[in-house]
Amino acid sequence: MYKILLKKELNPTVTLMEIEAKDVARKAKAGQFIILRVDEFGERIPLTIANCNQETGAVTIIFQVVGLTTKKLNALEEGDYLLDFVGPLGKESEIEGLKKVCVVGGGVGSAICLPLTRALFEQGTEVEVILGFRNKDLIILEEEFKKYTNKLHILTDDGSNDNKGLVTDKLRELLNDTKYDKVFAVGPLIMMKYVTLLTKEYSQSTIVSMNPVMIDGTGMCGGCRISVNGKQKFACVDGPEFDGFSIDFDEAIARSKMYQETEREKDCNLLK
Amino acid sequence: MMKKRIDMSYQDPLERISNFKEVALGYNFEEALFEANRCLECKHAPCIKGCPVGINIPGFIRQIKENDIEKAFSILTNQNSFPGICGRVCPQENQCEAVCVRGIKGEPVAIGRLERFTADNVSAKEIQPVSVKYEKVAIVGSGPAGLACGGVLANLGYEVHLYEALHVAGGVLTYGIPEFRLPKSIVKKEIENLKKLGVKIHLNTIIGKTKLIDELFEEGFKSIFIGSGAGLPKFMNIPGENLNGVYSANEFLTRVNLMKAYDSTYDTPIRKMKKVVVVGGGNVAMDAARCAKRLNVEEVYIVYRRSEKEMPARLEEIHHAKEEGIKFVLLTNPVEIHADERKNVKSVECIKMELVESTEGRARPVEIEGSNYEIEADTVIMALGNHPNPLISSTTADLEVNKWGCFVVDETLMTSKENVYAGGDAVTGAATVILAMGAGKKAAYEIDKKLRGK
Repeated sequence: MYKILLKKELNPTVTLMEIEAKDVARKAKAGQFIILRVDEFGERIPLTIANCNQETGAVTIIFQVVGLTTKKLNALEEGDYLLDFVGPLGKESEIEGLKKVCVVGGGVGSAICLPLTRALFEQGTEVEVILGFRNKDLIILEEEFKKYTNKLHILTDDGSNDNKGLVTDKLRELLNDTKYDKVFAVGPLIMMKYVTLLTKEYSQSTIVSMNPVMIDGTGMCGGCRISVNGKQKFACVDGPEFDGFSIDFDEAIARSKMYQETEREKDCNLLK
Repeated sequence: MMKKRIDMSYQDPLERISNFKEVALGYNFEEALFEANRCLECKHAPCIKGCPVGINIPGFIRQIKENDIEKAFSILTNQNSFPGICGRVCPQENQCEAVCVRGIKGEPVAIGRLERFTADNVSAKEIQPVSVKYEKVAIVGSGPAGLACGGVLANLGYEVHLYEALHVAGGVLTYGIPEFRLPKSIVKKEIENLKKLGVKIHLNTIIGKTKLIDELFEEGFKSIFIGSGAGLPKFMNIPGENLNGVYSANEFLTRVNLMKAYDSTYDTPIRKMKKVVVVGGGNVAMDAARCAKRLNVEEVYIVYRRSEKEMPARLEEIHHAKEEGIKFVLLTNPVEIHADERKNVKSVECIKMELVESTEGRARPVEIEGSNYEIEADTVIMALGNHPNPLISSTTADLEVNKWGCFVVDETLMTSKENVYAGGDAVTGAATVILAMGAGKKAAYEIDKKLRGK
């Protein structure tokens, strides 16, 4: 059993939790993820590690309430326990030797790219960050990002923070006169797809972080397979980060919708 | 003397395809006694040599004849820690029963059924913890190899820690083999017994990720046994394999067995399926097909590239699958999977095959040009076998693996790294539960020998 040490609402649909998991905290690196199960009847879902504290053994996860499991998770409070929590899984971000980087995050994906941003900043990389949200009430982690970036751009779809635009608009503007060692894109599949379409125009090498449906996270189920340069890879053990130009995003988007219908029905049953 | 063995009762096929309860119901006392009396207790006992772990088969059957089930059980457990499991899942027809003298002029003695009968009917003995007098030993993986290894070492007086990546112990016995073939209550009981012996089980711990082999040594473990199995699913590398509705058998079985997708009180999603194609001819293919059948599927096909004779699955499983209405499409191989506009599987394009003589022993299947046709299906399950997982080998220096990723071990099952042993599918590639248990047990005695300086 894994205790919830802290719960904080970052915005109406995004929650941060610190979970006590010493073994995971001891090993976790930026870019890796965990798998958790809320209770005996629950699914196993992967979530990226947002932070960890080796002294307290706390592992931070940030999640958007989108489905049955995240709803269940969000119903728990500080002091409650998760039944299962395993990790760290996947490979760590490859950031060694990078001098100048742009990190692009969308929505809850912003949370996922915070540890990466921080690791880059702490190793002395010049980090420029572009974050996109639907409106200003959904903006999360602004203060944390300020600490670890040389330049931070926050955009909203509706312009409610006085900076209207899509992350790709801002990125195009930057790419017009800057060359980065790497662009990292973390967020919804559709955002990552359009970021890589853009960076391809500029031959700007880009890394994306994939987060498909999976069960075990160790290569056993094969549910997380994606096409990378036409070859089959498992996001759990070969990723989660991949060269953005090599990913078949349309396939990944279709696969991400595999259980939408079944889950919606399940949800309805619960409400009966 | 009766040429035929005593029949065992089974759940009726029409009834069982709507539940996940055990199919084979086992012998009662009278049936077991009749069947036991068919054993000739041959002096040269070919059955013992046919058993991968050398159980004294005539010996335990003798005790059933004497109605001493306790003694029969103790003879079984001399060689096999989990007779309740092996009596159900061992391929006896290729092992002990294949060489039974009664099989020459009739049917061999039903050794597996008698083994199961003994395990199911022995009165539960309260297991006492064995006091620890020796060093700490770590076991990686709680499948058949790990459980068997752990049981022996704990009984010898070692402090045994068992590490499991998933949230339940048991490995393939838990996530792979379905409830209707091996009830999970039996696996659970064996694991509870290990805990009572004093074995400490650490779930949710992935060796190679959460902890490394070298870190286990730093924590004071003197020896490590790796029984991590073969868990990396193979695919065919044909177009359409990443479409929605294509599962590896591992994923499908894990959703159904471990995550209990068949029970609506669990959250686990599984596709709504009407027509399912399972590709492969082994026990895993049969398990997947029979699970699908129990999930209200209209048509389940098994597509296999060779003929029925070459199928690696147990005869009993093939028989049960047919009884349950699963259709066998033999000498046929998928070449492409087609989808609708939403990338959901719509059909499987297959090609017919013919067998040609081969120098390698097994007849080789060759495509018949132009024989392509489509089978309508919304779900495809690939049951093509598994490779060992590289998580441990890739994170441990000096741990040698062969070109298939299997650990290389010496005759004492020690790997290229001092005091690290390995056994089961992680060494042999995908094989059987009994071979893995045998390897786990052998490794335990080798570990003891080495640590005690024997």
